[in-house]
Amino acid sequence: MRNSQKPIEIHDLTVSYQKKPVLYGIDLEVEKGSLVGIIGPNGAGKSTLLKTIMNMIKPNGGYVRIFGHPPKKGISCIGYVPQRESVDWDFPVTVMDVVLMGRYGKLNWFQRIRKADRKIASECLEKVGMLHLADRQIGNLSGGQQQRVFLARALAQESQLYIMDEPFSGVDAVTEKTIVLMLKEMKKMGKTLLIVHHDLSSAKEYFDYLLLLNMRKVAYGTIQDVFSHDLLQKTYGGRLTILSEMASQTAGNREIEKEAYSTSE
Amino acid sequence: MTLIPEYDFKKIFFEPWSTLELCIWNGQIILMGILVCWTCGIVGSFIVVRRMALMGDAISHGILPGLALAFICSGSMALGPMWIGSCVAGITCSFCIEWLRFQTPIKEDAALGLVFTSFFATGVLMLGMEAENAHIDPECILYGEIGFTPLAPDLKLGSLRLGNQALWTMGGVFLSVAIAAVVFYRQILISSFDPILARSMGTPVRQVHLGLMLSLSLATVASLEAVGVILVVAMFVFPAVTASFFFDRLSSIVFFSLPLGLAYSIGGFHLAHWFDCSLAASMVVFAGLLFIPCCFLAPNSGILWKITSLRNVGR
Repeated sequence: MRNSQKPIEIHDLTVSYQKKPVLYGIDLEVEKGSLVGIIGPNGAGKSTLLKTIMNMIKPNGGYVRIFGHPPKKGISCIGYVPQRESVDWDFPVTVMDVVLMGRYGKLNWFQRIRKADRKIASECLEKVGMLHLADRQIGNLSGGQQQRVFLARALAQESQLYIMDEPFSGVDAVTEKTIVLMLKEMKKMGKTLLIVHHDLSSAKEYFDYLLLLNMRKVAYGTIQDVFSHDLLQKTYGGRLTILSEMASQTAGNREIEKEAYSTSE
Repeated sequence: MTLIPEYDFKKIFFEPWSTLELCIWNGQIILMGILVCWTCGIVGSFIVVRRMALMGDAISHGILPGLALAFICSGSMALGPMWIGSCVAGITCSFCIEWLRFQTPIKEDAALGLVFTSFFATGVLMLGMEAENAHIDPECILYGEIGFTPLAPDLKLGSLRLGNQALWTMGGVFLSVAIAAVVFYRQILISSFDPILARSMGTPVRQVHLGLMLSLSLATVASLEAVGVILVVAMFVFPAVTASFFFDRLSSIVFFSLPLGLAYSIGGFHLAHWFDCSLAASMVVFAGLLFIPCCFLAPNSGILWKITSLRNVGR
């Protein structure tokens, strides 16, 4: 297990907030170069899962490994795109400043920003079609443009693993298209992408793999395997169903746990 | 008796500078004012963009018992012990606020109001007790008296007399704050704007926060004898808020606090001469007077332009 260099490896992860469990016994292995959508109802623990991977919450049990490292060390390999609402958009920074922040991880403590960093930042802005707005204050952008700035910043980080929290929420059609294109391109470059998504109808086109989550892993696998009426029903079927199924949980099973769930009803 | 004294251009602008002695005397006062505004302006810019203006207010008031305690223990108003005392009190103050906020149903604003007023009152009490048997003037700590700056003893290096000690101390504090701001600018920027990203890049977000709080209390303590704990908050908030009408980058806001500090100090000095009143209060009033036109006319987000552009949209 120690030598595996899987981008993300989660074993028997349990997380709770003030004694209320939010995630139960999650097992997950994500292969390099996969484009994974995480879907589930509100309060299913999607954000908690991301926060645990990002080392912002300590799990009560189990572990997370990022390229074989614990989160504290592995976090430096992650490019994170936060939810748009989590940032103060009145903050006095320009679009360029924000994208350059993506380069800070590559600099030493006292190093100034280099010319090469500016060049990379400009290229990333160009890719998302925002270079002409580089000098704008970020508050003067539309929601979609703001999301694209975040995407450009993530690109500038040149990470191997990307985690995005609802990048498609409240964006315009152009931005949605840009993001999808970028995701596909990044996947081609061998990057691994984990994306929280809330729109079931588009999930099928966007992602290769799906993680269905509702307090515990309902299923993980390719779209063809997982995007079925039964499993989605299970994911969005409310907590009561899920809790009653807890008994039948078979821990450590790496296969898609389809059968185990369908028999329990 | 009239409310506003007669405006006499000559008396206000020439009299303070009529003789060499007066020039040196008043020059020291203005220089002190400038250094105070600059120091507080730099620290304040970072505090304001972090949306912590209120916290800055609370901390600058909450350090009072620490100051009193430091004075009782060391018996002097030297910067060193005063700073240590204020840091201890400031950290205790913010700890109490956080504790109330997370461990009780009390909301943050209420916790803030509760804690810093009780700290402040305790400080006033301690100062009052101490004032009877020591030469400390509670008024001086509360309101400051920048006019006394030229009375400070000279800084001596061996037999060399280097001039006003208070000015040297304030200058030193300004320099260290300015250098820290330049060196750690990137770390402060990223941990203010996006703490999650900052942490993932190994920026010590917590330590940055702590460092800002320590510089906040250092700036407060250093400016204490000049403007006092009550008005020092204005020196933190005014430059950043005024500058934000003109600039939309943090670095520009920090730099713009320098010319603003110059204006506050010189403007406030002459205002005080006109009204024959407290220098520190005049500086704050002048800052307020400067803020009003900026608020309405600034090119970036002035209210006047917003109203006219809204009208245009309406049509």
